[in-house]
Amino acid sequence: MALPARESPIGKRVSLFVTCIVDMIYPDTGMSVVDILEHVGVEVDFPPDQTCCAQPAFNAGYRDEARTVAKHFFKAFKDAEVIVTPSGSCAAMVRHEYPHLFVPEDGGPYEQAQRMAAITWEFSEFLVDGLGIVNLDLALPEKQCFAIHDACHGLRGLGLGGASRDLIGHLGNAELEELNECEVCCGFGGLFSVKMPDISNAMLENKIENINASVADTIVTGDVSCLTQMNGGLSRKKSAKRVMHLADVLAKGLGGGRA
Amino acid sequence: MTLEVQSNDFIALADIALQNDDLQHAIGEGTRTAYYRRLDTMFAHSDEHGESMRQQAAEAKRRALRELPDLLEKAERNLKKNGYQVEWAEDATQANQLVLDIARRHRVKTVTKSKSMLTEELGTNQVMEAAGLSVVETDLGEYIIQLAGETPSHIVGPVMHKTKAEIRDVFVRELNMEPTDNAEEMVAFARRMLREDFLSADMGVSGGNFLIAETGSIGLVMNEGNGRMCTSLPRVHVALIGIEKLVDTVEDYATLTQVLPSSSTGQKMTVYTNILNGPGRAEEGDGPEHAYVILVDNGRTDIYATKYAEVLSCIRCGACQNACPVYRTMGGHAYGWVYGGPIGAVLTPLFVGLENATPLPHASSLCGSCKQVCPVDIDLPRMLLDLRWDLVREGESQASWDAAMKLWAVGMTSPRRFALGGKAARAGQAIMGEYMPGLLGNWSKHRDFPDFAPKPFRQLWGSRRSRRHRPSTQTRQGT
Repeated sequence: MALPARESPIGKRVSLFVTCIVDMIYPDTGMSVVDILEHVGVEVDFPPDQTCCAQPAFNAGYRDEARTVAKHFFKAFKDAEVIVTPSGSCAAMVRHEYPHLFVPEDGGPYEQAQRMAAITWEFSEFLVDGLGIVNLDLALPEKQCFAIHDACHGLRGLGLGGASRDLIGHLGNAELEELNECEVCCGFGGLFSVKMPDISNAMLENKIENINASVADTIVTGDVSCLTQMNGGLSRKKSAKRVMHLADVLAKGLGGGRA
Repeated sequence: MTLEVQSNDFIALADIALQNDDLQHAIGEGTRTAYYRRLDTMFAHSDEHGESMRQQAAEAKRRALRELPDLLEKAERNLKKNGYQVEWAEDATQANQLVLDIARRHRVKTVTKSKSMLTEELGTNQVMEAAGLSVVETDLGEYIIQLAGETPSHIVGPVMHKTKAEIRDVFVRELNMEPTDNAEEMVAFARRMLREDFLSADMGVSGGNFLIAETGSIGLVMNEGNGRMCTSLPRVHVALIGIEKLVDTVEDYATLTQVLPSSSTGQKMTVYTNILNGPGRAEEGDGPEHAYVILVDNGRTDIYATKYAEVLSCIRCGACQNACPVYRTMGGHAYGWVYGGPIGAVLTPLFVGLENATPLPHASSLCGSCKQVCPVDIDLPRMLLDLRWDLVREGESQASWDAAMKLWAVGMTSPRRFALGGKAARAGQAIMGEYMPGLLGNWSKHRDFPDFAPKPFRQLWGSRRSRRHRPSTQTRQGT
């Protein structure tokens, strides 16, 4: 999907929107994002008031609650020049849904929504489309074989897909293999996974079958929510394969450079 | 509404489908085959070409919708010029009564039908049968469904949920077919049976894929030729057409008859692509003596007046069903009414009332595939989100969800409460382990839940900042 051209983020300070799930469950992924961004010379800050993008309420139909939480997001990121987030789903929420949550009559929040949509980038998109970097000059300590799972909102919401392949493609010692039906949903869908767990699981089983059939032993994705779903199923099914966030894979190439 | 609405039983119906291995296999294969064929055909020239065809088709339908009232009058005028008798039906009862009146007027006893989702919506077959008419569905899939006493599970492939062996069993049981596992022999058998029906029918009932306003023609596409038999052999032809099927010009029809088969079966063109222009003329020697078009509203005008109007662009290609990972796991019957898949999840609540289909707007992971494949670019995910919003506003959501979301919003509007919530979750997990209550229990039914981190990111960030004074100064930006 073509999005309007946006102002270049080159040379600007990046405010990290780490997302609620990364904050509480995958803080190391957040650190990987910071490490990679600093590796390419970007100045990163972490607005301390941030919580969540409001997607759970929005997707559940609770627009009032979503607006309340979105307004909190505006406050938390009011000084941001550029926002980068390690989630295609949360980035899509800010970019596509914030502008729909408010109407011009709302005044300030409406303008804030437009502004946040304009300055928010998904992590891989920021590196490749924003900064124009595909080669991070990094190499893994040893050979490892990967395949990409295209998370839905990143792929169909933001038109991503190429960026993570480019980045892994230029990562030393990393081999990229195919994952059958890499573009098909893993069955997470946020609250869908708990509202309709059996259907969600049927979708997950299909995904796991494809993961197990792939040559790759590690699946790379850009959303920790999908990662949670897939790893939850792989672990339950005693599969040796695992899903990793793109930032964590790239950060493995930093070697001892981790703070 | 003649067909019983079971959409509120979606989860229970889905469960039945999820337990049925044959169905899983048949639907999984049927949807994927169509999905990949679509990709091959739609983008045979280039991605840009396929995408521009899609946008052209979308615009043709949007234009028709914008001008709907005028186009309907234009269509009626031109249909009449072609010799069609035009009737209008507000709802299912009126539409079916009109069909019965026509049948009575022309002393009809036997009816052949070509495939029509609208008549599924109206329950026309049941009404005709109750009135003593003999009705035979002539699309092969519909024929099997009718024999089996079921309803279509897919817009284009009504029998997609059945395996070949199940179809054989239906033919053996209902028609005493000599048992065979050869699909060609089964088709040949059905063909012989249907031939008798075609030749003896008094009246043919069809739908209409499109109604072309400028020429007053019915656009009808098919692969088996059965629709031609239904619309040209019997003395009487009745076409039931939803008012949203209008297009303005033959050129629009040409555009849409490219994207429809590409999107549904991956064909560049259907085997039979027809433009019907009224009853047989004196010099033609064949064709029906009497031809009727019944323009059916049945809730469409109501939808037209809402923010969901664009869903009326749907050309019933089934591509969203083939692409939908939810539909792929269970087929269409679980949706509990006529239409399954993403289009059904949107149409059903709009047709039968949101309160009668409360689970359907949630029957989607919002993966966006349906919008991506839609030949007329209907934003189905946005409509599902809006329907979820309607559910909350109309008090159709569960009280426990209302309370949970309110509490959640309180937690998410303060970093302190957010951090406390994280701590509580960690503590809760330490006590409960894998066995989590309520919604989280739904999670751990099939999946292991990851551990909450001992220290959240915001804490790690704090200690990192205090150790480091400035960020790395490598400057590779913009390289």
